[in-house]
Amino acid sequence: MATTLNPAAKAGAQVGRSVPRLEGRDKVTGRAEYTHTMRLPGMLHAKLFRSTVPHGRIKSVDTSAAKKLPGVLHVVTVDDVRKVLPHPYYGPAFHDQPILADGKVRFVGEPVAAVISADPHIAEEAVQLITAEYEELPAIYDEVEALDTNIFVHEELKPAGTFADLKHLKGAKGTNLALDYRLRRGDFDKAYAAAAHKFEHEFKTQKVLHLSFEPFACICDYRETGVTFYDSTQGPSFVRTEMARLLGWPENKVRIKVPYLGSGYGSKLYIKLEALALALSMIARKPVKIAYTFEEMFYQITRHPSTFRIKSGVDKDGRIVARKCEVFWNGGAYADIGPRVTQKSGLTAAGPYDIDNVWIDSYALYTNMTPAGALRGFGVPQLVWAYENHTDMMARALNMDPVEFRRKNLAVEGKPHATGQMLKDHPVDKVMDKVLERMEWSKPFDKGGSGHIKRGRGFAIANKAVISPTTSVAIVNVAADGSATLYCGTVDMGQGSDTAMAQMVAEILNIPAEDVRVTPRDTDVTPYDMGTLGSRSLFHMGHAVRRAAEDARDKLKALAKEVGEPEGSNIPIADLFQKRYGMQAGNVIGSGIYKPDYTPPAPGTGQSPNVTPFWMVAGSGAEVEVDIETGHVKITKLVNVVDCGKAINPKSVETQISGAALMHLGFSMFEKMHLDGGQVTNASLADYKIPGFHDLPSVLESHYVEHDQSNGPFGAKGVGEVATFCVGPALANAIDDACGVRLMEMPLNAEAVYRAIRAKQGKPLEEA
Amino acid sequence: MTATRTITFTLNGAPVSADVKPHHNLVELLQTHFGLTGARETCGQGLCGCCTVIVNGRSVSGCLYLASFVDGADVRTVEALDGAGKLSPVQEAFIEASAFQCGYCTPGFILMVTQLLDEHPDPDEEQIKHYLTGNLCRCATYPEVMDAVKLAARKRKAAASA
Repeated sequence: MATTLNPAAKAGAQVGRSVPRLEGRDKVTGRAEYTHTMRLPGMLHAKLFRSTVPHGRIKSVDTSAAKKLPGVLHVVTVDDVRKVLPHPYYGPAFHDQPILADGKVRFVGEPVAAVISADPHIAEEAVQLITAEYEELPAIYDEVEALDTNIFVHEELKPAGTFADLKHLKGAKGTNLALDYRLRRGDFDKAYAAAAHKFEHEFKTQKVLHLSFEPFACICDYRETGVTFYDSTQGPSFVRTEMARLLGWPENKVRIKVPYLGSGYGSKLYIKLEALALALSMIARKPVKIAYTFEEMFYQITRHPSTFRIKSGVDKDGRIVARKCEVFWNGGAYADIGPRVTQKSGLTAAGPYDIDNVWIDSYALYTNMTPAGALRGFGVPQLVWAYENHTDMMARALNMDPVEFRRKNLAVEGKPHATGQMLKDHPVDKVMDKVLERMEWSKPFDKGGSGHIKRGRGFAIANKAVISPTTSVAIVNVAADGSATLYCGTVDMGQGSDTAMAQMVAEILNIPAEDVRVTPRDTDVTPYDMGTLGSRSLFHMGHAVRRAAEDARDKLKALAKEVGEPEGSNIPIADLFQKRYGMQAGNVIGSGIYKPDYTPPAPGTGQSPNVTPFWMVAGSGAEVEVDIETGHVKITKLVNVVDCGKAINPKSVETQISGAALMHLGFSMFEKMHLDGGQVTNASLADYKIPGFHDLPSVLESHYVEHDQSNGPFGAKGVGEVATFCVGPALANAIDDACGVRLMEMPLNAEAVYRAIRAKQGKPLEEA
Repeated sequence: MTATRTITFTLNGAPVSADVKPHHNLVELLQTHFGLTGARETCGQGLCGCCTVIVNGRSVSGCLYLASFVDGADVRTVEALDGAGKLSPVQEAFIEASAFQCGYCTPGFILMVTQLLDEHPDPDEEQIKHYLTGNLCRCATYPEVMDAVKLAARKRKAAASA
């Protein structure tokens, strides 16, 4: 509680402290609230009938048997949706996604019809009674082929109008290209032609997905006077705006309430189930809940598969002088946020290197698969996979030490990035040194001798530019007893944002962080925030929160002056309110808003002096043992180091580093969504393995270098994604070091490694 | 759909009854009849551990365990652990070791760790991994869970000798 107006200042007493999670007790007692387990009085349940073909015209949907099942209240197709929402399309970049399939289906699993019942089991049974006939169309799955084909996923492109760089795509026909981003710096062709050494490689990443343990869930309670959503979303403000647009209503009639999230990792952004839940609640005139099963998550959103063609020219001294990047992003059937992934990650495709001549083309492409969006890194892990393998391959070909080759080419502070922005607070060298120190890189390394177990080690380093420009708003409310409450739209999905934000309020008001109350997200009271995504919150919302707390503090001081307190008075806050209002009454409300400066990249060249307010930097080192008789890889050591600016909550930072790295260990070593003719063939936890206790490396280290972010709140910046970047290529580089094989595509499972070993021995295995 | 049957059982120490259908599972029973949401259905295949419930002293996957099967049984959920408002040593240890992020899988972990420590008060790392093989955490908070289990073991020992 804010006891007095001017307590003895203890700078750093609240930020920089490992405050235990404020919501800890609710989580360990099983009482934390999540949308998926929530119930409203009178609530109905909806289950979905989904497409079984990857691309086709809908000839008919027969719902008659489902409608006859006792207990079924409504069976809904897009024709019914249109009666309540005349333009039933949504999406953040393109208004391309129908609430239910409209005339056509574009991927296996696309929702075609919905059944509403008071009993979810009856709804489920009724779904099994629906049949549909399709006129199947040829389908396109590969992102490179999608650029040059006569199979088109959409007849016409429909940019949402929010993004200037998509306007030229309005009404485009005969294309699958949802964004073509370009960066041009220097003269690639000339420099590449003149380079002493030339390298050209192609890398791929597979389709993987978030699999939050709280599957997607949304409850919509529609009334004519206003609509309330209980929603497992990372972006309540966006949901509010988009639902208001669909309804043609002002935003203040749309309320989004967000309890804790059983995580998101980027999956629960923008619109997922909200538009459908809205339509169903309007039709049923009751609260309607959609709660996915685990299997259904495979038909909602995934990470982008990608193909990255990379070319580098290196001079005789080992300096990279030219780099060309062509990146193809497999966006699936609907654009979702793919065009932003394509651009905002595309600009870092050349890596954390100082290269004078850079050419980047980054393409967002539609295909007939589950849509793709952001997954803990906004595309950057796919880019790093390519450029850090490529870097290692060049070093080995040049007979240079892979670490020294990188050191020679790193873009350190004061050097320009490929966008032209001068790099500041970009401590790549410090991060690299810390990894090498923890790996004991300079000591002799035992490669395993002549047995069948070969040992190797690998390194990788990367950067990312935070997405910009975005806005956050916060409110700090001091009650008449001196207690403080924070209203901010950042969604705590496990990253510990509530605790970190409370620490910032506490630091300004000089009170214990444990005493700050953070209100659950509710757009009726929590102000605007662009979204909890891309590691932006601690920086952007952190600034807004800091400003709101400073505003509250200044208003308390003004109140003291108003009631005649002398300058520097240390009057108890409760007495201050008592003096002003004659009883325990009143509030002091501080507000803060933050939007960083930004210069849009020049069209065609992508050049900008200020494309991002901060850089994230990560490095990984891996040691592996490869059994060359089976291809099995054992990870004996994994070191992950990031730059987090100032650690507001050191324990939370460490947990973010190890959690991000281990999640990415799964994507690197074994996770893959298998598709056959557009059908997902492993849509269950039995068939799609994720990391468990036995997958942990023998040694796992998480470190951060503290390098104050000069424009950050208390020197801080975001750290949720950064440790995902380097895990994959560090492991691939270690495998090459161990047994001399290079895998160009993840996952690095035993079969892939063994096939590569056999191919290298000139005894390739037959394709399965 | 199908016939309803009345079952009686002990839930967190109290005698209760409920009308269930043959296809209802234990998670659904706890959530819809008793408002207990600590056991959650995630994978639906008994592989992730989010739905862990203790039936007659053994942990079961509530998503695969039919509600009818608890007729006459002793059922304990995570909600029983903080009796009289006091957290159990395992719960305290999870908070102190920061052994969760989103918290969705946490009740399952806490019940399994409680069973581990009941059976092996001083477990080594291999035993911990063995007991927790069936508990997955997508936030991958495994290193912190390992710390929490060791801390909980120390707390229980200290409480027993106090």
